[in-house]
Amino acid sequence: MTEVAIKNMTMNFGPQHPAAHGVLRLVLEMDGEIVERADPHVGLLHRGTEKLIEYKTYLQAVPYFDRLDYVSPMCQEHAFALAVERLLGIEVPPRAQYIRVLFSEVTRLLNHLLNVTSFAMDVGAMTPMLWGFEEREKLMEFYERVSGARLHAAYFRPGGVARDMPAGLAEDILAYCDSFPKVLADLESLLNENRIFKQRSVDIGVVSVEQALNWGFTGPMLRGSGVPWDLRKAQPYDVYAHMDFDIPVGRHGDCYDRYLVRMEEMRQSLRIMRQCLERMPGGPVRTENRKVAPPPRAEMKRSMEALIHHFKLYTEGYHVPTGETYTAVEAPKGEFAVYLVADGTNKPYRCHIRAPGFAHLQGLDFMSRGHMLADVVAIIGASDIVFGEIDR
Amino acid sequence: MTDPLHELGAALTQTLGGDVLGFRVANGELALDVRRDAVVRVLTHLRDDAGLLFKQLVDVCGVDWPDRAERFEIVYNLLSLRYNHRIRVKVTTDELTPVPSAVGVFSAAGWCEREVWDLYGVLFSGNPDLRRILTDYGFDGHPMRKDFPLTGKVEVRYDDAQKRVVYEPVRLTQAFRSFDFLSPWEGEAPVLPGDEKATP
Repeated sequence: MTEVAIKNMTMNFGPQHPAAHGVLRLVLEMDGEIVERADPHVGLLHRGTEKLIEYKTYLQAVPYFDRLDYVSPMCQEHAFALAVERLLGIEVPPRAQYIRVLFSEVTRLLNHLLNVTSFAMDVGAMTPMLWGFEEREKLMEFYERVSGARLHAAYFRPGGVARDMPAGLAEDILAYCDSFPKVLADLESLLNENRIFKQRSVDIGVVSVEQALNWGFTGPMLRGSGVPWDLRKAQPYDVYAHMDFDIPVGRHGDCYDRYLVRMEEMRQSLRIMRQCLERMPGGPVRTENRKVAPPPRAEMKRSMEALIHHFKLYTEGYHVPTGETYTAVEAPKGEFAVYLVADGTNKPYRCHIRAPGFAHLQGLDFMSRGHMLADVVAIIGASDIVFGEIDR
Repeated sequence: MTDPLHELGAALTQTLGGDVLGFRVANGELALDVRRDAVVRVLTHLRDDAGLLFKQLVDVCGVDWPDRAERFEIVYNLLSLRYNHRIRVKVTTDELTPVPSAVGVFSAAGWCEREVWDLYGVLFSGNPDLRRILTDYGFDGHPMRKDFPLTGKVEVRYDDAQKRVVYEPVRLTQAFRSFDFLSPWEGEAPVLPGDEKATP
Protein backbone atom coordinates (compact mmCIF):
# COMPACT_ATOMS: atom_id res chain seq x y z
CA MET A 1 0.00 0.00 0.00
CA THR A 2 1.39 3.40 -0.89
CA GLU A 3 1.03 6.43 1.28
CA VAL A 4 -0.69 9.33 -0.38
CA ALA A 5 -0.15 12.85 0.92
CA ILE A 6 -3.47 14.67 0.95
CA LYS A 7 -3.43 18.43 0.72
CA ASN A 8 -5.73 20.45 2.92
CA MET A 9 -8.66 21.94 1.14
CA THR A 10 -9.64 25.56 1.51
CA MET A 11 -13.35 26.11 1.45
CA ASN A 12 -15.38 29.23 1.11
CA PHE A 13 -18.45 29.38 3.36
CA GLY A 14 -20.78 32.28 2.63
CA PRO A 15 -21.24 35.23 2.26
CA GLN A 16 -24.60 34.08 0.90
CA HIS A 17 -25.21 31.00 3.01
CA PRO A 18 -28.37 30.76 5.09
CA ALA A 19 -26.47 29.37 8.07
CA ALA A 20 -23.95 32.21 7.98
CA HIS A 21 -26.51 34.46 9.74
CA GLY A 22 -26.07 37.36 7.41
CA VAL A 23 -23.02 38.17 5.39
CA LEU A 24 -20.26 36.15 6.99
CA ARG A 25 -17.61 34.97 4.61
CA LEU A 26 -15.73 32.15 6.24
CA VAL A 27 -12.57 30.74 4.72
CA LEU A 28 -12.16 27.26 6.15
CA GLU A 29 -9.05 25.17 5.88
CA MET A 30 -10.27 21.60 5.93
CA ASP A 31 -8.58 18.27 6.36
CA GLY A 32 -11.28 16.07 4.92
CA GLU A 33 -14.31 17.14 6.91
CA ILE A 34 -12.32 18.38 9.91
CA VAL A 35 -11.79 22.11 10.29
CA GLU A 36 -8.14 23.00 10.74
CA ARG A 37 -8.47 26.76 10.69
CA ALA A 38 -11.35 29.17 10.31
CA ASP A 39 -10.73 32.66 9.01
CA PRO A 40 -13.87 34.82 9.15
CA HIS A 41 -13.90 37.73 6.72
CA VAL A 42 -16.15 40.40 8.11
CA GLY A 43 -16.97 43.90 6.99
CA LEU A 44 -19.33 43.09 4.16
CA LEU A 45 -22.01 45.05 5.99
CA HIS A 46 -19.72 47.91 7.04
CA ARG A 47 -21.65 51.16 6.81
CA GLY A 48 -19.29 53.50 8.63
CA THR A 49 -21.67 54.08 11.53
CA GLU A 50 -18.97 55.49 13.78
CA LYS A 51 -17.84 57.94 11.12
CA LEU A 52 -21.41 59.04 10.38
CA ILE A 53 -22.11 59.64 14.06
CA GLU A 54 -19.19 62.09 14.19
CA TYR A 55 -21.08 64.24 11.70
CA LYS A 56 -24.45 64.13 13.47
CA THR A 57 -25.77 65.76 16.61
CA TYR A 58 -26.26 63.59 19.66
CA LEU A 59 -29.96 63.18 19.02
CA GLN A 60 -29.47 62.35 15.36
CA ALA A 61 -27.04 59.60 16.37
CA VAL A 62 -29.72 57.61 18.21
CA PRO A 63 -31.29 55.84 15.19
CA TYR A 64 -27.90 54.48 14.12
CA PHE A 65 -27.91 52.34 17.23
CA ASP A 66 -31.09 50.56 16.16
CA ARG A 67 -29.37 49.56 12.97
CA LEU A 68 -26.35 47.96 14.59
CA ASP A 69 -27.71 44.78 16.07
CA TYR A 70 -31.09 44.91 14.42
CA VAL A 71 -32.60 42.17 16.58
CA SER A 72 -32.01 44.00 19.85
CA PRO A 73 -32.38 47.68 18.98
CA MET A 74 -33.44 49.24 22.25
CA CYS A 75 -30.61 47.81 24.34
CA GLN A 76 -28.13 49.62 22.15
CA GLU A 77 -29.96 52.91 22.34
CA HIS A 78 -29.81 52.36 26.07
CA ALA A 79 -26.00 52.27 26.05
CA PHE A 80 -25.79 55.48 24.02
CA ALA A 81 -28.41 57.25 26.14
CA LEU A 82 -26.60 56.29 29.35
CA ALA A 83 -23.26 57.45 27.95
CA VAL A 84 -24.60 60.86 26.93
CA GLU A 85 -26.44 61.24 30.22
CA ARG A 86 -23.27 60.45 32.13
CA LEU A 87 -21.35 63.16 30.27
CA LEU A 88 -24.18 65.65 30.66
CA GLY A 89 -24.58 64.71 34.31
CA ILE A 90 -28.37 64.52 34.15
CA GLU A 91 -30.80 62.30 36.02
CA VAL A 92 -33.60 60.49 34.27
CA PRO A 93 -37.04 60.48 35.93
CA PRO A 94 -37.97 57.16 37.59
CA ARG A 95 -40.83 56.37 35.24
CA ALA A 96 -38.51 56.64 32.25
CA GLN A 97 -36.03 54.33 33.96
CA TYR A 98 -38.72 51.72 34.55
CA ILE A 99 -39.94 51.97 30.96
CA ARG A 100 -36.38 51.54 29.72
CA VAL A 101 -35.75 48.48 31.85
CA LEU A 102 -39.11 47.02 30.80
CA PHE A 103 -38.33 47.45 27.12
CA SER A 104 -34.75 46.29 27.51
CA GLU A 105 -36.19 43.02 28.69
CA VAL A 106 -38.76 42.92 25.87
CA THR A 107 -35.74 43.34 23.61
CA ARG A 108 -33.96 40.47 25.32
CA LEU A 109 -36.96 38.24 24.62
CA LEU A 110 -36.97 39.34 20.99
CA ASN A 111 -33.29 38.62 20.61
CA HIS A 112 -33.21 35.28 22.41
CA LEU A 113 -36.31 34.06 20.61
CA LEU A 114 -34.66 34.71 17.28
CA ASN A 115 -31.35 33.25 18.34
CA VAL A 116 -32.61 30.10 20.01
CA THR A 117 -35.01 29.25 17.23
CA SER A 118 -32.62 30.01 14.38
CA PHE A 119 -29.97 27.98 16.17
CA ALA A 120 -32.47 25.12 16.31
CA MET A 121 -33.11 25.54 12.61
CA ASP A 122 -29.38 25.50 11.87
CA VAL A 123 -29.16 22.09 13.47
CA GLY A 124 -32.29 20.78 11.83
CA ALA A 125 -35.42 21.75 13.75
CA MET A 126 -37.91 23.76 11.73
CA THR A 127 -40.88 24.14 14.08
CA PRO A 128 -39.32 26.29 16.84
CA MET A 129 -38.59 28.97 14.24
CA LEU A 130 -42.24 29.17 13.25
CA TRP A 131 -43.44 29.29 16.84
CA GLY A 132 -40.76 31.77 17.86
CA PHE A 133 -41.60 34.17 15.08
CA GLU A 134 -45.22 34.26 16.10
CA GLU A 135 -44.12 35.43 19.55
CA ARG A 136 -41.68 37.92 18.08
CA GLU A 137 -44.55 39.40 16.14
CA LYS A 138 -46.47 40.00 19.35
CA LEU A 139 -43.44 41.57 21.00
CA MET A 140 -42.82 43.80 18.02
CA GLU A 141 -46.39 44.97 18.34
CA PHE A 142 -45.47 46.23 21.82
CA TYR A 143 -42.56 48.02 20.21
CA GLU A 144 -44.87 49.56 17.66
CA ARG A 145 -47.40 50.70 20.22
CA VAL A 146 -44.80 52.40 22.36
CA SER A 147 -42.58 53.95 19.70
CA GLY A 148 -44.38 53.75 16.37
CA ALA A 149 -41.90 51.38 14.79
CA ARG A 150 -41.63 47.62 14.88
CA LEU A 151 -37.86 47.43 14.69
CA HIS A 152 -35.98 50.69 14.45
CA ALA A 153 -37.60 52.31 17.43
CA ALA A 154 -35.39 55.32 18.30
CA TYR A 155 -37.25 55.27 21.58
CA PHE A 156 -34.60 55.59 24.30
CA ARG A 157 -33.26 59.11 24.00
CA PRO A 158 -30.66 60.83 26.13
CA GLY A 159 -32.73 62.28 28.97
CA GLY A 160 -35.48 59.67 29.03
CA VAL A 161 -37.71 58.05 26.43
CA ALA A 162 -39.41 59.57 23.42
CA ARG A 163 -42.96 59.41 24.80
CA ASP A 164 -45.03 57.80 27.50
CA MET A 165 -46.55 54.35 27.07
CA PRO A 166 -50.05 54.47 25.58
CA ALA A 167 -53.02 53.52 27.74
CA GLY A 168 -53.59 49.78 27.99
CA LEU A 169 -50.10 48.71 26.97
CA ALA A 170 -49.02 47.86 30.51
CA GLU A 171 -51.99 45.52 30.96
CA ASP A 172 -51.31 43.83 27.63
CA ILE A 173 -47.65 43.25 28.44
CA LEU A 174 -48.66 41.84 31.82
CA ALA A 175 -51.09 39.48 30.12
CA TYR A 176 -48.33 38.49 27.73
CA CYS A 177 -46.04 37.69 30.67
CA ASP A 178 -48.66 35.17 31.78
CA SER A 179 -49.03 33.50 28.41
CA PHE A 180 -45.40 33.41 27.32
CA PRO A 181 -44.10 30.71 29.73
CA LYS A 182 -46.39 28.25 27.94
CA VAL A 183 -44.56 28.97 24.68
CA LEU A 184 -41.20 28.57 26.37
CA ALA A 185 -42.31 25.22 27.77
CA ASP A 186 -43.45 24.15 24.31
CA LEU A 187 -40.11 25.13 22.79
CA GLU A 188 -38.26 23.26 25.50
CA SER A 189 -40.39 20.19 25.01
CA LEU A 190 -39.25 20.18 21.40
CA LEU A 191 -35.57 20.83 22.03
CA ASN A 192 -34.29 20.05 25.51
CA GLU A 193 -34.35 16.28 25.28
CA ASN A 194 -34.40 16.12 21.51
CA ARG A 195 -31.92 13.48 20.40
CA ILE A 196 -30.80 15.23 17.23
CA PHE A 197 -30.56 18.61 18.91
CA LYS A 198 -28.38 17.20 21.67
CA GLN A 199 -26.22 15.25 19.24
CA ARG A 200 -25.55 18.46 17.40
CA SER A 201 -24.92 20.78 20.34
CA VAL A 202 -23.61 18.90 23.38
CA ASP A 203 -19.79 19.08 23.62
CA ILE A 204 -19.60 21.26 20.52
CA GLY A 205 -17.59 24.46 20.70
CA VAL A 206 -16.49 24.03 24.30
CA VAL A 207 -15.07 27.20 25.84
CA SER A 208 -13.25 27.11 29.15
CA VAL A 209 -13.44 29.97 31.63
CA GLU A 210 -9.87 31.04 30.86
CA GLN A 211 -10.53 31.06 27.13
CA ALA A 212 -13.75 33.02 27.55
CA LEU A 213 -11.98 35.70 29.58
CA ASN A 214 -8.93 35.80 27.36
CA TRP A 215 -10.98 36.24 24.20
CA GLY A 216 -13.20 38.92 25.70
CA PHE A 217 -16.42 36.88 25.67
CA THR A 218 -19.39 38.39 27.46
CA GLY A 219 -23.06 37.68 27.93
CA PRO A 220 -24.42 34.16 27.46
CA MET A 221 -21.10 33.06 25.95
CA LEU A 222 -19.37 33.82 29.25
CA ARG A 223 -22.22 32.60 31.43
CA GLY A 224 -22.45 29.40 29.41
CA SER A 225 -18.92 28.65 30.60
CA GLY A 226 -20.00 29.04 34.19
CA VAL A 227 -19.05 32.61 35.09
CA PRO A 228 -21.92 34.33 36.90
CA TRP A 229 -21.24 37.75 35.41
CA ASP A 230 -24.04 40.04 34.39
CA LEU A 231 -23.71 43.81 34.15
CA ARG A 232 -27.32 44.19 35.24
CA LYS A 233 -26.23 42.78 38.62
CA ALA A 234 -22.56 43.78 38.78
CA GLN A 235 -22.78 47.36 37.56
CA PRO A 236 -26.52 48.05 37.61
CA TYR A 237 -27.85 50.91 35.54
CA ASP A 238 -31.27 52.58 35.66
CA VAL A 239 -33.46 50.58 38.05
CA TYR A 240 -31.87 47.16 37.62
CA ALA A 241 -30.50 47.54 41.15
CA HIS A 242 -34.07 47.20 42.51
CA MET A 243 -34.96 44.19 40.40
CA ASP A 244 -34.96 40.68 41.75
CA PHE A 245 -33.70 38.14 39.24
CA ASP A 246 -31.20 35.31 38.93
CA ILE A 247 -28.25 34.81 36.62
CA PRO A 248 -28.32 31.40 34.95
CA VAL A 249 -24.94 29.82 34.23
CA GLY A 250 -23.88 26.78 32.25
CA ARG A 251 -21.48 24.11 33.38
CA HIS A 252 -19.70 22.81 30.32
CA GLY A 253 -19.44 25.88 28.10
CA ASP A 254 -20.76 24.07 25.04
CA CYS A 255 -23.43 25.10 22.56
CA TYR A 256 -26.13 23.24 24.48
CA ASP A 257 -25.37 25.13 27.69
CA ARG A 258 -25.54 28.44 25.88
CA TYR A 259 -28.95 27.46 24.59
CA LEU A 260 -30.09 26.55 28.11
CA VAL A 261 -28.73 29.83 29.50
CA ARG A 262 -30.69 31.81 26.94
CA MET A 263 -33.90 29.91 27.66
CA GLU A 264 -33.58 30.59 31.38
CA GLU A 265 -32.69 34.23 30.74
CA MET A 266 -36.01 34.62 29.00
CA ARG A 267 -37.78 33.39 32.13
CA GLN A 268 -35.78 35.86 34.22
CA SER A 269 -36.66 38.63 31.77
CA LEU A 270 -40.32 37.90 32.36
CA ARG A 271 -39.74 38.26 36.11
CA ILE A 272 -38.09 41.64 35.57
CA MET A 273 -40.85 42.80 33.24
CA ARG A 274 -43.49 41.86 35.78
CA GLN A 275 -41.67 43.71 38.56
CA CYS A 276 -41.34 46.78 36.34
CA LEU A 277 -45.03 46.79 35.53
CA GLU A 278 -46.04 46.32 39.16
CA ARG A 279 -43.81 49.06 40.53
CA MET A 280 -43.87 51.57 37.71
CA PRO A 281 -44.46 55.04 39.15
CA GLY A 282 -46.24 57.89 37.40
CA GLY A 283 -44.63 61.14 36.42
CA PRO A 284 -42.67 62.52 33.51
CA VAL A 285 -40.80 60.27 31.08
CA ARG A 286 -38.17 62.83 30.07
CA THR A 287 -35.88 65.01 32.07
CA GLU A 288 -37.29 68.42 32.85
CA ASN A 289 -34.03 69.99 31.70
CA ARG A 290 -35.23 71.89 28.64
CA LYS A 291 -31.68 72.24 27.32
CA VAL A 292 -31.62 68.48 26.68
CA ALA A 293 -35.17 67.25 26.19
CA PRO A 294 -37.84 69.06 24.17
CA PRO A 295 -40.82 70.69 25.88
CA PRO A 296 -44.30 69.14 25.58
CA ARG A 297 -46.17 70.04 22.44
CA ALA A 298 -48.96 71.90 24.25
CA GLU A 299 -46.51 74.15 26.03
CA MET A 300 -44.95 75.13 22.73
CA LYS A 301 -48.21 76.66 21.56
CA ARG A 302 -48.26 79.14 24.41
CA SER A 303 -44.72 79.69 25.60
CA MET A 304 -42.17 81.58 23.51
CA GLU A 305 -39.32 80.08 25.51
CA ALA A 306 -40.55 76.55 24.89
CA LEU A 307 -40.70 77.28 21.17
CA ILE A 308 -37.12 78.54 21.18
CA HIS A 309 -35.98 75.48 23.11
CA HIS A 310 -37.69 73.22 20.63
CA PHE A 311 -36.16 75.00 17.66
CA LYS A 312 -32.67 75.01 19.11
CA LEU A 313 -32.84 71.34 20.12
CA TYR A 314 -33.83 70.16 16.68
CA THR A 315 -31.38 72.30 14.75
CA GLU A 316 -28.30 72.86 16.83
CA GLY A 317 -28.89 70.14 19.41
CA TYR A 318 -27.40 70.30 22.86
CA HIS A 319 -23.77 70.75 23.77
CA VAL A 320 -22.10 67.99 25.73
CA PRO A 321 -19.26 69.08 28.00
CA THR A 322 -15.74 67.92 27.20
CA GLY A 323 -15.03 64.48 28.55
CA GLU A 324 -15.01 60.82 27.77
CA THR A 325 -16.84 57.78 29.02
CA TYR A 326 -16.98 54.05 28.46
CA THR A 327 -20.54 53.06 29.25
CA ALA A 328 -21.63 49.45 28.96
CA VAL A 329 -24.96 47.70 29.17
CA GLU A 330 -25.81 44.02 29.26
CA ALA A 331 -27.29 43.66 25.80
CA PRO A 332 -28.81 40.26 24.99
CA LYS A 333 -25.62 39.24 23.19
CA GLY A 334 -23.20 40.44 25.85
CA GLU A 335 -21.49 43.63 26.87
CA PHE A 336 -22.48 46.34 24.45
CA ALA A 337 -20.64 49.55 25.17
CA VAL A 338 -20.16 53.02 23.80
CA TYR A 339 -16.86 54.83 24.19
CA LEU A 340 -17.84 58.43 23.73
CA VAL A 341 -15.43 61.34 23.49
CA ALA A 342 -17.07 64.76 23.64
CA ASP A 343 -15.29 68.00 22.83
CA GLY A 344 -17.87 70.47 24.10
CA THR A 345 -19.71 70.88 20.79
CA ASN A 346 -23.06 69.53 19.65
CA LYS A 347 -21.54 66.51 17.90
CA PRO A 348 -19.60 63.58 19.35
CA TYR A 349 -15.87 63.84 18.67
CA ARG A 350 -15.54 60.07 18.68
CA CYS A 351 -18.11 57.39 19.28
CA HIS A 352 -16.64 53.92 19.36
CA ILE A 353 -19.05 51.02 19.56
CA ARG A 354 -18.01 47.89 21.38
CA ALA A 355 -20.01 45.05 19.89
CA PRO A 356 -20.13 41.76 21.79
CA GLY A 357 -20.41 39.74 18.57
CA PHE A 358 -17.07 41.07 17.35
CA ALA A 359 -15.23 39.28 20.15
CA HIS A 360 -17.37 36.16 19.81
CA LEU A 361 -16.73 35.83 16.10
CA GLN A 362 -13.02 36.27 16.71
CA GLY A 363 -13.20 33.21 18.92
CA LEU A 364 -14.80 31.13 16.18
CA ASP A 365 -11.35 30.02 15.04
CA PHE A 366 -10.38 28.34 18.29
CA MET A 367 -13.91 27.11 18.99
CA SER A 368 -14.26 25.30 15.67
CA ARG A 369 -10.78 23.79 15.42
CA GLY A 370 -10.98 20.01 15.20
CA HIS A 371 -14.73 20.02 14.70
CA MET A 372 -16.65 18.90 11.63
CA LEU A 373 -17.91 21.35 9.05
CA ALA A 374 -21.50 20.99 10.21
CA ASP A 375 -20.46 21.86 13.76
CA VAL A 376 -19.18 25.24 12.60
CA VAL A 377 -22.77 26.06 11.76
CA ALA A 378 -23.88 25.06 15.24
CA ILE A 379 -21.12 27.15 16.83
CA ILE A 380 -22.06 30.21 14.77
CA GLY A 381 -25.70 29.69 15.68
CA ALA A 382 -24.99 29.41 19.39
CA SER A 383 -22.66 32.41 19.51
CA ASP A 384 -25.48 34.68 18.40
CA ILE A 385 -23.78 36.46 15.53
CA VAL A 386 -25.49 39.43 13.93
CA PHE A 387 -23.56 41.36 11.34
CA GLY A 388 -25.12 44.74 11.88
CA GLU A 389 -23.13 45.15 15.07
CA ILE A 390 -19.96 43.34 14.06
CA ASP A 391 -19.42 45.28 10.85
CA ARG A 392 -20.87 48.54 12.16
CA MET B 1 -9.59 62.35 48.98
CA THR B 2 -10.52 58.77 49.82
CA ASP B 3 -11.94 57.95 46.42
CA PRO B 4 -10.96 54.34 45.68
CA LEU B 5 -10.30 55.18 42.01
CA HIS B 6 -7.87 57.94 42.98
CA GLU B 7 -6.17 55.54 45.36
CA LEU B 8 -5.93 52.87 42.68
CA GLY B 9 -4.54 55.35 40.17
CA ALA B 10 -1.97 56.67 42.63
CA ALA B 11 -0.95 53.16 43.66
CA LEU B 12 -0.52 52.10 40.04
CA THR B 13 1.53 55.18 39.23
CA GLN B 14 3.79 54.29 42.11
CA THR B 15 4.15 50.56 41.34
CA LEU B 16 4.70 50.96 37.65
CA GLY B 17 7.19 53.76 38.07
CA GLY B 18 8.05 55.64 34.90
CA ASP B 19 5.76 53.55 32.72
CA VAL B 20 2.68 55.47 33.78
CA LEU B 21 2.75 59.11 32.74
CA GLY B 22 -0.31 60.11 34.72
CA PHE B 23 -3.85 59.22 35.60
CA ARG B 24 -7.22 60.94 35.56
CA VAL B 25 -10.52 60.19 37.22
CA ALA B 26 -13.54 61.63 35.44
CA ASN B 27 -17.20 60.57 35.45
CA GLY B 28 -16.33 57.79 37.85
CA GLU B 29 -13.85 56.20 35.46
CA LEU B 30 -10.10 55.80 35.81
CA ALA B 31 -7.78 56.39 32.86
CA LEU B 32 -4.04 55.80 32.82
CA ASP B 33 -1.64 57.43 30.36
CA VAL B 34 1.08 54.96 29.60
CA ARG B 35 4.39 55.16 27.74
CA ARG B 36 4.07 53.49 24.37
CA ASP B 37 6.96 51.04 24.81
CA ALA B 38 5.63 49.96 28.20
CA VAL B 39 2.08 49.12 27.19
CA VAL B 40 2.60 45.34 27.17
CA ARG B 41 4.29 45.45 30.55
CA VAL B 42 1.50 47.56 32.03
CA LEU B 43 -1.26 45.37 30.60
CA THR B 44 0.46 42.23 31.90
CA HIS B 45 0.75 43.77 35.35
CA LEU B 46 -2.92 44.80 35.31
CA ARG B 47 -3.91 41.29 34.31
CA ASP B 48 -1.74 39.33 36.71
CA ASP B 49 -1.44 41.41 39.89
CA ALA B 50 -3.48 39.69 42.59
CA GLY B 51 -5.03 42.95 43.71
CA LEU B 52 -6.14 43.99 40.20
CA LEU B 53 -6.92 40.94 38.04
CA PHE B 54 -8.13 42.85 34.97
CA LYS B 55 -8.68 39.55 33.18
CA GLN B 56 -10.69 40.89 30.30
CA LEU B 57 -9.65 43.25 27.56
CA VAL B 58 -13.09 44.28 26.41
CA ASP B 59 -12.17 46.84 23.82
CA VAL B 60 -9.38 48.59 21.95
CA CYS B 61 -10.07 51.64 19.85
CA GLY B 62 -8.33 54.62 18.35
CA VAL B 63 -9.03 58.34 18.53
CA ASP B 64 -7.59 60.84 16.06
CA TRP B 65 -6.42 64.27 17.22
CA PRO B 66 -4.84 65.76 14.08
CA ASP B 67 -3.50 68.84 15.89
CA ARG B 68 -1.32 66.91 18.27
CA ALA B 69 2.27 65.88 17.61
CA GLU B 70 1.38 62.23 18.18
CA ARG B 71 -2.04 62.35 16.63
CA PHE B 72 -3.43 58.91 17.48
CA GLU B 73 -4.59 57.79 20.88
CA ILE B 74 -5.03 54.06 21.37
CA VAL B 75 -7.48 53.29 24.14
CA TYR B 76 -7.58 49.92 25.91
CA ASN B 77 -10.59 49.25 28.11
CA LEU B 78 -10.13 46.54 30.69
CA LEU B 79 -12.52 44.87 33.06
CA SER B 80 -11.84 43.08 36.32
CA LEU B 81 -14.56 40.57 37.07
CA ARG B 82 -13.05 39.77 40.45
CA TYR B 83 -13.08 43.34 41.79
CA ASN B 84 -15.78 44.74 39.50
CA HIS B 85 -13.57 47.55 38.24
CA ARG B 86 -12.96 49.09 34.89
CA ILE B 87 -9.79 50.84 33.83
CA ARG B 88 -8.74 52.63 30.67
CA VAL B 89 -5.17 52.56 29.40
CA LYS B 90 -4.08 55.07 26.79
CA VAL B 91 -1.02 55.34 24.62
CA THR B 92 -0.27 57.81 21.86
CA THR B 93 1.47 57.35 18.54
CA ASP B 94 1.81 58.89 15.10
CA GLU B 95 1.35 57.51 11.59
CA LEU B 96 4.70 55.76 11.45
CA THR B 97 5.61 54.58 14.93
CA PRO B 98 4.25 51.12 15.72
CA VAL B 99 2.62 50.29 19.04
CA PRO B 100 3.64 46.98 20.66
CA SER B 101 0.84 44.51 20.13
CA ALA B 102 -1.15 43.25 23.12
CA VAL B 103 -2.00 39.91 21.48
CA GLY B 104 0.49 38.11 23.73
CA VAL B 105 -1.37 39.31 26.81
CA PHE B 106 -4.98 39.19 25.63
CA SER B 107 -5.99 37.16 22.58
CA ALA B 108 -9.00 39.46 22.21
CA ALA B 109 -6.65 42.23 21.10
CA GLY B 110 -6.06 40.58 17.73
CA TRP B 111 -9.11 41.78 15.85
CA CYS B 112 -9.35 45.03 17.79
CA GLU B 113 -5.85 45.96 16.64
CA ARG B 114 -6.72 44.95 13.09
CA GLU B 115 -9.67 47.31 13.32
CA VAL B 116 -7.53 50.19 14.59
CA TRP B 117 -5.02 49.52 11.80
CA ASP B 118 -7.79 49.45 9.24
CA LEU B 119 -9.61 52.58 10.38
CA TYR B 120 -6.66 54.71 11.55
CA GLY B 121 -3.54 53.27 9.99
CA VAL B 122 -1.80 52.68 13.30
CA LEU B 123 0.80 49.93 13.12
CA PHE B 124 1.06 47.25 15.78
CA SER B 125 4.40 45.47 16.03
CA GLY B 126 4.03 41.80 16.86
CA ASN B 127 0.43 41.33 15.73
CA PRO B 128 0.60 38.13 13.66
CA ASP B 129 -2.31 38.97 11.38
CA LEU B 130 -2.43 42.71 10.76
CA ARG B 131 -4.80 42.73 7.78
CA ARG B 132 -7.68 45.07 7.08
CA ILE B 133 -10.88 43.87 8.66
CA LEU B 134 -13.90 46.13 8.18
CA THR B 135 -13.27 47.87 4.89
CA ASP B 136 -13.47 46.43 1.39
CA TYR B 137 -10.81 44.20 -0.15
CA GLY B 138 -8.24 46.51 -1.72
CA PHE B 139 -9.47 49.59 0.12
CA ASP B 140 -7.22 52.63 0.03
CA GLY B 141 -6.89 54.97 3.02
CA HIS B 142 -7.94 54.87 6.66
CA PRO B 143 -11.53 56.06 6.92
CA MET B 144 -11.82 57.08 10.57
CA ARG B 145 -9.05 59.66 10.29
CA LYS B 146 -10.45 63.15 10.64
CA ASP B 147 -9.02 64.16 7.26
CA PHE B 148 -10.80 61.33 5.41
CA PRO B 149 -13.97 62.64 3.75
CA LEU B 150 -17.30 61.34 5.03
CA THR B 151 -18.43 60.54 1.52
CA GLY B 152 -15.38 58.39 0.86
CA LYS B 153 -13.37 58.36 -2.32
CA VAL B 154 -14.78 55.58 -4.48
CA GLU B 155 -18.27 54.33 -5.14
CA VAL B 156 -19.37 51.03 -6.64
CA ARG B 157 -22.18 50.11 -8.98
CA TYR B 158 -23.13 47.19 -11.15
CA ASP B 159 -22.24 47.88 -14.76
CA ASP B 160 -24.68 46.07 -16.99
CA ALA B 161 -22.44 46.39 -20.06
CA GLN B 162 -19.40 44.84 -18.39
CA LYS B 163 -21.54 42.45 -16.31
CA ARG B 164 -19.59 43.20 -13.16
CA VAL B 165 -19.31 45.64 -10.27
CA VAL B 166 -17.15 48.64 -11.14
CA TYR B 167 -15.37 51.12 -8.87
CA GLU B 168 -15.49 54.81 -9.76
CA PRO B 169 -14.47 58.04 -8.01
CA VAL B 170 -17.33 59.48 -5.96
CA ARG B 171 -19.50 61.91 -7.90
CA LEU B 172 -21.84 63.94 -5.75
CA THR B 173 -24.99 65.23 -7.43
CA GLN B 174 -25.19 67.83 -4.70
CA ALA B 175 -22.32 69.39 -2.78
CA PHE B 176 -21.73 67.84 0.64
CA ARG B 177 -23.59 69.95 3.16
CA SER B 178 -22.19 70.39 6.60
CA PHE B 179 -24.44 72.59 8.69
CA ASP B 180 -22.70 74.72 11.24
CA PHE B 181 -25.19 75.29 14.00
CA LEU B 182 -22.63 76.25 16.57
CA SER B 183 -23.88 79.38 18.19
CA PRO B 184 -21.26 82.03 18.95
CA TRP B 185 -23.17 83.01 22.08
CA GLU B 186 -22.86 79.74 23.98
CA GLY B 187 -20.10 77.53 25.23
CA GLU B 188 -16.68 79.06 25.75
CA ALA B 189 -16.49 82.69 26.89
CA PRO B 190 -16.81 84.79 23.72
CA VAL B 191 -13.96 87.10 22.77
CA LEU B 192 -15.58 90.24 21.38
CA PRO B 193 -13.65 92.76 19.32
CA GLY B 194 -12.63 95.63 21.54
CA ASP B 195 -12.48 93.53 24.69
CA GLU B 196 -8.72 93.86 24.80
CA LYS B 197 -9.09 97.59 25.47
CA ALA B 198 -11.05 96.92 28.64
CA THR B 199 -8.45 94.68 30.24
CA PRO B 200 -5.92 96.69 32.20
